[in-house]
Amino acid sequence: MLISCPHCGPRDLAEFSYQGDATRTRPDPASTDTQAWHDYVYARPNPAGPHREFWQHAGGCRAHLLVVRDTLTHEIHSTALARPSRAGGETA
Amino acid sequence: MSPRRSASGGSIDRLRTIRFTFDGEAYAGHAGDTLASALLANGVRLVGRSFKYHRPRGVFTAGIDEPNALVTILRDNVREPNIPATRIEIYDGLRAESQNRFPSLAFDLGAVNRLGGRMLGAGFYYKTFMGPAVGPLRSTRFWMFCERFIRRAAGLGRADHAPDPSRYERMNAFCDVLVVGGGISGLMAAEAAARAGKRVILAEQEPETGGFALWSGETIAGKPAADWARTMTEKLAALDNVRILPRTTVWGHYDGNTLAALERIGDHLPKTPKGHPRHRHWTIRAGAVVLATGALERPIAFPGNDRPGVMLAGAVRRYAGEFGVLCGDRTVFFTNNDSAYQAASALKRAGGHVAAIVDVRRTISEAAAALAAEAGVVPLTGQAIVETRGGRQVTGIVVQPFDAATGALSGDARPVECDCLAVSGGFQPVIHLASQAGAKAEWDETMQAFLPPAPGQHWRGAGSFLGDMTTAGALETGRDAGLWASGKKPSRAKLPETGAPPIDIAPAPVFEIRGKGKAFVDLQHDVTADDVRLAHREGFVSVEHLKRYTTLGMATDQGKTSNVPGLAIMAEARGISIPEAGTTRFRPPYAPVSIGALAAERYGDLKPDRLTPMHDWHVEHGARMMEAGLWHRPMIYGAPGETVEQAYIREAGAVRRSVGIVDVSTLGKIAVKGPDAAEFLDRVYTNMFSTLPVGRARYGLMLREDGIAFDDGTTWRLGENDFLMTTTTANAGPVMQHLEYVLDVVWPDLRVHLTSVTDQWASAAIAGPDARKVLEKCVAGTMVDNEALPFMGIVRGTVEGAPVMICRLSFSGELAYEVYCGAGHGLHIWEALMDAGEPFGITPYGMEALGTLRIEKGHVTGAEIDGRTTARDLYLDWMLSKKKPFIGSGLMDRPGLIDRNRIRLVGVISLDGQPLGGGAHIVEGGSLDDLGQSIGHITAFCYSPALAKYIGLALVKGGKARHGTRAFVSDPLRKRFGPVELVSHHFFDPDGRRMHG
Repeated sequence: MLISCPHCGPRDLAEFSYQGDATRTRPDPASTDTQAWHDYVYARPNPAGPHREFWQHAGGCRAHLLVVRDTLTHEIHSTALARPSRAGGETA
Repeated sequence: MSPRRSASGGSIDRLRTIRFTFDGEAYAGHAGDTLASALLANGVRLVGRSFKYHRPRGVFTAGIDEPNALVTILRDNVREPNIPATRIEIYDGLRAESQNRFPSLAFDLGAVNRLGGRMLGAGFYYKTFMGPAVGPLRSTRFWMFCERFIRRAAGLGRADHAPDPSRYERMNAFCDVLVVGGGISGLMAAEAAARAGKRVILAEQEPETGGFALWSGETIAGKPAADWARTMTEKLAALDNVRILPRTTVWGHYDGNTLAALERIGDHLPKTPKGHPRHRHWTIRAGAVVLATGALERPIAFPGNDRPGVMLAGAVRRYAGEFGVLCGDRTVFFTNNDSAYQAASALKRAGGHVAAIVDVRRTISEAAAALAAEAGVVPLTGQAIVETRGGRQVTGIVVQPFDAATGALSGDARPVECDCLAVSGGFQPVIHLASQAGAKAEWDETMQAFLPPAPGQHWRGAGSFLGDMTTAGALETGRDAGLWASGKKPSRAKLPETGAPPIDIAPAPVFEIRGKGKAFVDLQHDVTADDVRLAHREGFVSVEHLKRYTTLGMATDQGKTSNVPGLAIMAEARGISIPEAGTTRFRPPYAPVSIGALAAERYGDLKPDRLTPMHDWHVEHGARMMEAGLWHRPMIYGAPGETVEQAYIREAGAVRRSVGIVDVSTLGKIAVKGPDAAEFLDRVYTNMFSTLPVGRARYGLMLREDGIAFDDGTTWRLGENDFLMTTTTANAGPVMQHLEYVLDVVWPDLRVHLTSVTDQWASAAIAGPDARKVLEKCVAGTMVDNEALPFMGIVRGTVEGAPVMICRLSFSGELAYEVYCGAGHGLHIWEALMDAGEPFGITPYGMEALGTLRIEKGHVTGAEIDGRTTARDLYLDWMLSKKKPFIGSGLMDRPGLIDRNRIRLVGVISLDGQPLGGGAHIVEGGSLDDLGQSIGHITAFCYSPALAKYIGLALVKGGKARHGTRAFVSDPLRKRFGPVELVSHHFFDPDGRRMHG
């Protein structure tokens, strides 16, 4: 699998760390809604098809990428910096 | 010249004799021989005993599909079991042994299993050795009890316990076109792509490219096919854009055209050449892939089809054509297709004698009849083999009229004498890599085989992989695939002429002859046709269940010769067609891969080592080093004659008495900078950092989002927006990744920058009542007294001209300082501190003493922050700020995490004066034999010089509530049981007067 890093270009899977589901939203930090926290930490969809997820280019620029990957074919539909504000980057 | 070797022909070098041993017996072969061909040339028929029944077995194939002739290679005092003799190139001094026999191959006690053969069908062991419903050996316990004996009786080779001294390496490669398989079509594909200017890798699993051309005896472009192949190979090898990898098996086809291959570099030589690895693991990323992986012949199942001397027809042909080995004096062919006629004719040309051709088909083609005439026999058509005769080798067969349409036998059976039986049941293309790439194989009624699926976006097939077994076809499809892979249109240019008459190898759909006696489907796992039917009767009808119930196709050969026949027999039993019965999907690896090659440089002499700047000093001063992850750290500085325990007691005692010094450069260090750095730390630590004054440090604790403790360490505020965070050595990487994640994903608005600076700083901790005096002697540019440098204070100064940063913090409970300097000054500072400490008897100490000091103080480390404990479990709840949310605060108060009866931190004192052991259980009663109910376990232990007792830390149910109570340590692995007292984990100086002094 090749993941196209906006900073480094297409790089091998071995350089990346999977960093989890990108569809979940973290509750407000002060929230005491245990169910919301539970869902954030444990509840995961398991879609057969495109999935939004975070990958860190750990063996490269170390940026976290927002990757849309097809769980059936491993095709990468798109990659973008998870934190576009910092680098001002958009999609690759 | 050995009796079974033809006088000429083949690719072997008859002028070079190579000597080797098999089961201690000396033999000679020639350069170019495999162990299998050399043994056959020497007339050795019996090469192993079968997996379950210990039946005598001989060489069955000539290649990677070999199910029978597995041997153990003895090399450099290492035993490597289960290597097919067909894949071993002989070299001088090669030592090989047969397997699964006791006491010897010829006389094997385990063969008694054959007498019970009727009983030992599929699932026999599981059914028979189910234990009674109650009692000490109830249910699976009984199986586990019996299993060790069963495992001894059934099995393959024996693995070794000795470490593997070989070196392995990994390689990444990139190419435009990867051609898998260097046979005729592979060579054509590689040439077409090379001519188009593409970067080509051609991987061939055999020592030489050419494949079928090397032994077919046919002609290509008017010259012997083997010469054509060699010329092609030379031409390709001379090109800059082509890399040929011989002895390289491509075993995995992954997403994005990434393929995995194993290159065997040293196995065929008496010694691996200096500087070379034994095996090399390749990760090849290809623009396009040409699968020219060929096809494998499959056998027919019939009674006695496993007797030594029964072989595949194509193998008999290859031994004659490539190795000049005649597998028998009188060879009978048994077939359901025309290819055996070619093999018979080729054998005759090589000087062999064909005794008969038995064909299940009633009528045969003219081409086949002509080939039979060349072989000098009239084929026995419409007949089948119903029995083989002989003991340790076949001496004859029995044939009987057979109706291929109904499978019925009728009429008189008659014997035919022979010493070799060559069988062909059709061909199955090697579609493994295509299947791995995701596509489903399709059943072809004509070929009676699973043909490769429609090609993927990035690969094409060529040659017999496509089901076309002819040389002319291979030339054409090979070139087409090479052109496709180069982005070019098919060529109309003339292809080289071929000499072979076209024949029809489409087989009659006959997979089994049902007679009396065992008819083997999977030779390596001893699975018979009856076992397949038994699986059907017992309801294991899906192909996946069939496989697991009978273990069909699950041996080291992964069913290369048995998958399709097994499926066909199941389909017949179910009364459905083969495609309806389905096929299993192939998964990597295609062929066995050495674990060493997968580990490669992560193991052995190429594994990276992390050394601190003071490493050499430690070694020179007698340190015994230990590995902590990739780091090397001093365990003890042993004086001559000292035990480890004596050394750490001496070192820890010196710290409590005067002063000691320890290298703490391995601690993880992260520079946290930016306007929002303090806010960021407030969010990731459970306690406050925004209130920390500049020039001070604070101990911090991090939780995971789920509320479990993650890591601890001190963070120093060097400036308003400038912090230096330290982590435990083991967690430096995970903490960095965690922080980067939350910064990138959770709080991208925070203006914070993280830099790992672990390797930029060297650091030494000096600890003990005299620590300050040591600093006073050597530090310039700053005061270090209690006022200038209070507990958790930070100052900057110089030591012998080199800038240092000193923080007063303590892991040992003593007055202690950590002296940080640029890594390049590490040794200089260390030596300066040693010199300054000399009058006070400064003692370097290692991990053991460091551990002892921290256990005495009850400080936690990774042994207690083990991914299961909470802050409360460790009595660190005082660090959980109530003024702000932080990572983990949302879930840390869940009922299960605040239960007072969780296992929580306590101190343990051994009451019998014996050491405690890590991982030992704490129990309330019982004895060494009666384990009792565990209430916790020991996480760390030592002999405490301060207390003069063996002590430890433990996680015990209820924690503090048990202080002052007695329990027992139970350690059945180390045969230790003894009384302990549970106490506060703050064993020594609980008020901290020493470190604040």
